[in-house]
Amino acid sequence: MAVNDALAGTHKIQEEAAAQRPGQLMPILNDFSQELTTLNLGPTHPATHGIFQNILQMDGERIVSGVPTIGYIHRAFEKLAERKPFYQITTLTDRMNYCSSPINNLGWHMTVEKLLGVTVPKRAQYIRVIMMELARIADHLICNSILGVDTGAFTGFLYVFQEREKIYEIYEEVCGARLTTNMGRVGGMERDLSPVAIDKLRAWLKSFPVVMKEFESMFNRNRIFMDRVVNVGPISAEKALSYGFTGPNLRAAGVDYDVRAMNPYSSYEDFEFDIPVGTNGDTYDRFIVRNEEIWQSLRIINQALDRLPEGPYHADAPHYYLPTKPEVYKSMEALIYHFKIVMGEIDAPVGEVYHAVEGGNGELGFYLVSDGGRTPYRLHFRRPCFIYYQAYPEMAVGTTLSDAIVILSSMNVIAGELDA
Amino acid sequence: MTPQDAAVAPEAPVAEDPIKAQNAQVLALLTRLFGADTFTDVHEPYGLLTATTTRERIHEIIAGLQQDQELKFHFLTTMCGINYPENPGQELGMIYHLHSLTKNIRLRLKIFFPVAEPVVPTLTDLYNAANWMEREAYDFYGVIFTGHPNLLRILNVEDMDYFPMRKQYPVEDGTREDKTDLFFGR
Repeated sequence: MAVNDALAGTHKIQEEAAAQRPGQLMPILNDFSQELTTLNLGPTHPATHGIFQNILQMDGERIVSGVPTIGYIHRAFEKLAERKPFYQITTLTDRMNYCSSPINNLGWHMTVEKLLGVTVPKRAQYIRVIMMELARIADHLICNSILGVDTGAFTGFLYVFQEREKIYEIYEEVCGARLTTNMGRVGGMERDLSPVAIDKLRAWLKSFPVVMKEFESMFNRNRIFMDRVVNVGPISAEKALSYGFTGPNLRAAGVDYDVRAMNPYSSYEDFEFDIPVGTNGDTYDRFIVRNEEIWQSLRIINQALDRLPEGPYHADAPHYYLPTKPEVYKSMEALIYHFKIVMGEIDAPVGEVYHAVEGGNGELGFYLVSDGGRTPYRLHFRRPCFIYYQAYPEMAVGTTLSDAIVILSSMNVIAGELDA
Repeated sequence: MTPQDAAVAPEAPVAEDPIKAQNAQVLALLTRLFGADTFTDVHEPYGLLTATTTRERIHEIIAGLQQDQELKFHFLTTMCGINYPENPGQELGMIYHLHSLTKNIRLRLKIFFPVAEPVVPTLTDLYNAANWMEREAYDFYGVIFTGHPNLLRILNVEDMDYFPMRKQYPVEDGTREDKTDLFFGR
């Protein structure tokens, strides 16, 4: 009975409203359809692949506006770095883009080496290139396979994660760790490539292309996948540049900017590789560009491994590079250097340096201001996804919720790097 | 000179000639466009042309560089704040890194201003990317960007009432004694 009363009341309101605006049918229902729903996407949502929130205004299934909230895992790395000696900051860089930590680690070492004026021997540079390209492949594999999961294809994800596991085994051989690698040292690598590491690398270089081909044949021309990603979240080259896009996201929009080619570091100029570019910067282009970059990274690794020079794996820079343990036990100088390095009593030159490397998702820059002390005076990380993620609301508005998820995962936003 | 000394020579590596020539060319253009007295403290640490200017002119300069047909500084690489508490009247600073992708030239511009009046024009009308970078600088250094559409804290909580990257806030509690080291002064 009460329900009927309420319904009668509603009908009465509708009739009154209709009487006020003659000629319009059911005005109240029209107003209802204009009402927006607020939807919290995140902060902890399996489809955001990280801790960040988007408050979306939805009109039915369409996104009208989005407000990103970030900072959920902010750990004040820039402030912490002002109190840590240079070699301790490496562990902070691991935790930024944790899908490709070796790139962050080695990029940081290169920044410090640039400040100190240390020249790293060729062999160490080539080993670094191999490790950084492995990290790029691991990063792209995660991004692309997760994009598959978000469009409903779980098989590819599990399949390539086996290969990522093998990359992590190679990391383990080289530095002893898997995810937060702390790889390399200022002045070179902490150890030489072991025969086991080389064997594992060679075996992986044989087995991985087969898997990658299968992964590509599963997705690249797949009708279902293409319907989900082609023309979803496109961004023009001008917009992408204005938003500070770098890396595969920028190249998918058609700009061939790659730090490895434009400002070569760590002997990238020795290798031959192509820079794949897309045309309209949509999700499909980003996916294809990443896949192609994996092939180019394989090319670089093959070249580096075949031409791996003989020689030392670290610079002769005893002020900065830790001596080996046996040496510390038997030589006075080594003991002194060991002590001074560990206690952080080595002074750095006064100066400022900006060094950029091509990270997994864009230009990863380190701006280091040194006042001559044991710690940086100021250290600023140019985190690529912090800068390009601000374009996300613009890319997501007007699409449906399921498209917004796909756009987000194709942008390769890593929460650790976003929040630093 | 022992090999050790050679390896740790703290001097900046000598910039290669093409970089030097390129920087000289950019500097000539800068002085032609904006006047020679606009820039102070011009130097090239590690090959990257660095110049200091004033906050009154920074917006005009960066807009001019962006529109310049020769150099086309279309890319704002990054910007960050910095704090020098011992420089009276110039305690706070903003450091801009610009990149010309067509000519592959990087340029670093700096401005300094008093902490009592940390007001700087926004670059959000020139680069979309400046939005969050400026919010970050506001969040950590309290730099106020006039004309910014949405100047709110970005990484820290909204109700934080200080600017944590300023040097007056040490990372660790200064009154702690358990970490005092008489020999190494920490």
